[in-house]
Amino acid sequence: MSTNAKSPASPPRNSESLKKLYSDMLMIRRFEERAGQLYGMGLIGGFCHLYIGQEAVVVGMQAHVGPNDQSITAYRDHGHMLAADIDPNAVMAELTGRSTGLSRGKGGSMHMFSSEKKFYGGHGIVGAQVPLGTGLAFANKYRGNDGVCLTYFGDGASNQGQVYEAFNMAELWKLPVVYIIENNQYAMGTSVARSSALTDFSKRGVSFNIPGIQVDGMDVEKVMEAGGEAIAHCRAGKGPIILEMKTYRYRGHSMSDPAKYRTKEELTEIREKRDPIENFGRKLLDGGVLTEQDMKAIDTDIKARVVASAEFATQSPEPGVEELYTDIYA
Amino acid sequence: MSTEILMPALSPTMEEGKLAKWLVKEGDVIKSGTILAEIETDKATMEFESVDEGTIGQILIAEGTEGVKVNAPIATLLADGEKAGDAPARKPAPAAELPKGEDHKAFADEGTKQSGPKIVVGNDPSFPEGTEMVMTTVRDALRDAMAEEMRRDELVFLMGEEVAEYQGAYKISQGMLQEFGERRVIDTPITEHGFAGLAVGAAFDGLKPIVEFMTWNFAMQAMDHIINSAAKTRYMSGGQMASPIVFRGPNGAAARVGAQHSQDYSSWYAHVPGMKVIAPYFAADAKGLLKAAIRDPNPVIFLENEIVYSKSFPVPKLDDFVLPIGKARVVREGKDVTLVSYSIGVGLCLEAVEKLAEMGIDAELIDLRSLRPLDTGTVIESVKKTNRIVTVEQAWPVCSIGAHIAAVVALEAFDYLDAPPTRVNGKDVPMPYAANLEKLALPTVDDVIAAVKSVTYKA
Repeated sequence: MSTNAKSPASPPRNSESLKKLYSDMLMIRRFEERAGQLYGMGLIGGFCHLYIGQEAVVVGMQAHVGPNDQSITAYRDHGHMLAADIDPNAVMAELTGRSTGLSRGKGGSMHMFSSEKKFYGGHGIVGAQVPLGTGLAFANKYRGNDGVCLTYFGDGASNQGQVYEAFNMAELWKLPVVYIIENNQYAMGTSVARSSALTDFSKRGVSFNIPGIQVDGMDVEKVMEAGGEAIAHCRAGKGPIILEMKTYRYRGHSMSDPAKYRTKEELTEIREKRDPIENFGRKLLDGGVLTEQDMKAIDTDIKARVVASAEFATQSPEPGVEELYTDIYA
Repeated sequence: MSTEILMPALSPTMEEGKLAKWLVKEGDVIKSGTILAEIETDKATMEFESVDEGTIGQILIAEGTEGVKVNAPIATLLADGEKAGDAPARKPAPAAELPKGEDHKAFADEGTKQSGPKIVVGNDPSFPEGTEMVMTTVRDALRDAMAEEMRRDELVFLMGEEVAEYQGAYKISQGMLQEFGERRVIDTPITEHGFAGLAVGAAFDGLKPIVEFMTWNFAMQAMDHIINSAAKTRYMSGGQMASPIVFRGPNGAAARVGAQHSQDYSSWYAHVPGMKVIAPYFAADAKGLLKAAIRDPNPVIFLENEIVYSKSFPVPKLDDFVLPIGKARVVREGKDVTLVSYSIGVGLCLEAVEKLAEMGIDAELIDLRSLRPLDTGTVIESVKKTNRIVTVEQAWPVCSIGAHIAAVVALEAFDYLDAPPTRVNGKDVPMPYAANLEKLALPTVDDVIAAVKSVTYKA
């Protein structure tokens, strides 16, 4: 993670940083697989939206984050928290509704926050995070710091009216916000073609003069490159920018969605040809950045961390009954 | 035949205004569209055009006169061929009969002329006895509160439609752009959902936004951010993150603006845990509680009332007058019945109390001021003394603040009650436009008196 806010558009790609991109993506994948398993066991309740397939987007973007930068997203948020360097134990324990969770068990899968890591949620209402993220960017400008707010939302949220209200103000006031549209092709069960009059989401800012770039969201290096440009644009005081990340979610919208609105062939083809982790891993192997042995070691380490988080999340106590009435007012 | 030129109504709620300047003089020939005068309302200074043609006969109201009632003749207009002398001589009408601050005076006089307990003005321990009081409009009190807090804390800023260059749609933020600049007094596009969400996001980061809704009717567009984003985040984040934000603006019926612009949202917001809700009537409360709201680390809904903006009341002259949120005030002590109200309902009750006193009924009046937290303790104590309660509010009756108070009283003071808790509300209908129907839809002083008579069995 870059800590120098004034760093060049892209952090240097040494082998360590490449390895980190790979292992960060793999961590999200394994974490989500385990979360799916715990859900199946009845240890995670309610809605649970997995990020599997989209890992390159958040890992590539968060690689640029500096000390004043914030991030905010919707309810498919576990990956964003891991990429924001938040303790996996605290995330998993929130999923299981335990006192050791990020929100002490009171938020759940869709509502998690970390003021320490400047992660502002975790929001359950489609599109709501867009004005909120724009407001975080407003705060950066008001305070006169160099912070940029990474505001993530999906192709579904892109059809919400409040998104355009936020776009208008962001450009009008030149707010430092990167709008990252994670186009995973389906708004719950409705495909982009069936829900969107304009399916090129990078053009959604045209009426506001907000530039947009379409990015292969299955390629972490391309995400990084575009992310670097976008953040530099914001830091230069040029106002907001849109990045449309063409990506794909492997699982259903949530755990209870059988995803019958798409064919098995479609999913299989993407998994086999465009998987962000597979492809990047192979590239690192071919380029000699990683050896088979390194990859095994990474995998073993991640498995251990994920198993530990699940252990932590299932062993921790539920919140005390007194928590029912805390944190309502200061 | 000369005709009269009448003082025009220049806003839905205008009852009187200042004839700031005449732009014509006696003997001038005018046409339709000639600008006759500048009229100052409590919201703006506006030019007043002639509709008719003719010659100005006599100026009846001198320029600079304040408090000229709407429809009062301000000049005469002579038809062709008429001379000034032809018109019947008229004495210039007197200026407003009551100086600003009439409410307070009437109120205070009422307290002294009756034999019952005197009205307690400002029984808060927040300011010492003998503090100098200055007659101030609610409008100015709100502005002073915001300006004082903005001087005190760089993180506080004001955002909303027309708050900056226009000086506030209802002139609440007058002069603030000039003092604080465009960085901190921010005109927004007409986009309530968007700017409410943006302000909540800024509050997550620790800024302290004051969001003005031009009226609360428009805040329904922003409801999701007010409830889901502002009120719930502290809880959902396990106390890590919160929204130190104030949403404020006029609430309830103005005058003749119909169903979509006349609604009281008190119970909507008071329903929500995580929110604080304030609905003052008096200027001192408006000031002291708005300052408290801006300092409060929780989201606060501040419900004002357009009709009340121009009323003047005494405000303590103190450098930093802050009132505690969540404390009702006994405005007038009495022994026969407890009247509980808030916002403009308090004004109705003040009139009713006076008439009831003439009938020999000694009413205690409680101004809730804050709807969440709700000071039910003060209400219960009063009911234990009077054994009767009438709640008064402009809001619809179903699930209203009065309904909640009735439930609390029934539970906590059942044995003290000599009559069923009784409610006076607006009628359970969308607000009609027609003047006669609108009057019927709103609660009246007579409604309050009738309710009191019923609980005191004097009907």
